[in-house]
Amino acid sequence: MIQFENVTKFLGGRRVLNGVTFDVRKGETLVVVGPSGTGKSVTLKHMVRLMTPDEGRVVVDGQVVSEASGEHLERIREKFGVLFQGGALLEWLNVGENVALPLREKTQMPEEEIMERVVAKLKLVGLEGDMAKFPSEISGGMRKRVGLARAIIRNPEIILYDEPTSGLDPVSSRTIDQLIDSMRNELGVTSVVVTHDLHSALSIGSRIAMLTGGRVVELADPAEFVRSGQEEVQLFLESQFITRRGEWEKDIR
Amino acid sequence: MITREPRYFPPPTDWRGKMGRQVLTTLRDAGRAMLLLAESVWSLRYMMVRRSRQEILQQMVAGGIRSLGVITVVATFTGMILALQTGIEMRRFGQEVYIGGAVMVSMLREMGPFMTGLILAASVGSAIAAQMGTMVVSEEIAALELMSINPIRFLVMPRLVAMAVMTPLLSFYSCIMGVVGGGVVGMTQLGVPWSAYIDNATRFAENKDLFVGMFKAFLFGIIIVITACHQGFATTQGAVGVGNATRRTVILSFLAILIVGYFVTRLFYV
Repeated sequence: MIQFENVTKFLGGRRVLNGVTFDVRKGETLVVVGPSGTGKSVTLKHMVRLMTPDEGRVVVDGQVVSEASGEHLERIREKFGVLFQGGALLEWLNVGENVALPLREKTQMPEEEIMERVVAKLKLVGLEGDMAKFPSEISGGMRKRVGLARAIIRNPEIILYDEPTSGLDPVSSRTIDQLIDSMRNELGVTSVVVTHDLHSALSIGSRIAMLTGGRVVELADPAEFVRSGQEEVQLFLESQFITRRGEWEKDIR
Repeated sequence: MITREPRYFPPPTDWRGKMGRQVLTTLRDAGRAMLLLAESVWSLRYMMVRRSRQEILQQMVAGGIRSLGVITVVATFTGMILALQTGIEMRRFGQEVYIGGAVMVSMLREMGPFMTGLILAASVGSAIAAQMGTMVVSEEIAALELMSINPIRFLVMPRLVAMAVMTPLLSFYSCIMGVVGGGVVGMTQLGVPWSAYIDNATRFAENKDLFVGMFKAFLFGIIIVITACHQGFATTQGAVGVGNATRRTVILSFLAILIVGYFVTRLFYV
């Protein structure tokens, strides 16, 4: 569904992505992990053309994203819902208005239908009773759930999650993980999750890609991933869990 | 596309390179500001959409009505100072009765639009830059783009319309307050009767003074919004970047108001 073909990207004179090649299959949850500064979020931004590659190309459903513009780009972006790190909610709109925003601005849908859909999506993320609250009145975890409700309001085919559990307590992180799972199971969407939380990665990922030094050094399902012979992977596992190889297999779904 | 990737060029090593880069950066920023203005003007066709109307009204209140207090104080005292300084000199020749004309013409032509522009640049312009900058840093602008909501139509156009309407109105209001302040000084300090003061004020001022002053204020409103939004959208480096964008907005707006004010005066009066 999404193909990265030998994508290279320079930022501030530094090669952030160095010939990244991988694909995202329809219906799967691909988790991209790696240490800070290895280009995980940059990878995500290439999928929706918030960044363009210096070399290589990104293809979504057979369309080259990096060459798209205007209405063509708009049509490609309609396939995506994006959950940003902090939720990216507009502070002067309440929860309901934030979620309804894409429908009010981009469709001719009647107001009753918009409200029905907003309530349904907020119910899906467990926030149907918080429609009138403003972003400043809700917690970080709730902001992310509102962001997710907004991301799925137009029924996207692909959801991108940028560090969905960062800054959250373990309970809230678990809630977000369950939501990512339920999005795949109930809505059948394809998901790409960027995270440095290996706990989350192992529990929600269909496959895990590890980025180090701007390259994909491992791409495997969770069981294979923890058994990987790649030194970078084992170092990453040990740095996250301070444990020996293979012990985390019990966390895999 | 508002969300631009940071471009990297190796830092210049000698003074010529540094100066050249500064010139190119200034030209690039000016060009981007002009493009922002052009796109905002193109977005005016959505001005009558319900959400835009609501946003314009909100921005009129936020940017205009809430500045009334400070504009009242500044304009009144500006008029009082003008009357006092002019009156003291004119009294030496027994001509203090003419201060009404001096205050009215000064306020309409220059001081009203100028003081209003500076106050709005410092209060409203800085607030807009801080808001836009924070929205860039917290990825709200990127989120709008991904929802295919044009940030210029959604954020810039309503502020542009609101300030283009409110700045001339506030400028006119500041002229009235300045003239009133001058009249009070004329009566209490210089012994000029109110009726003589107003008679002189209306005799010397022309309609052209009013229209040129309003035109200047209209341009100042546009300058403030475009500078603030451009600086806000160009924010990088988190909270420090937001602070820098706010500072640059105030400085650039002040400079632009002074320069544009001079050229408009030259255009209509020379």
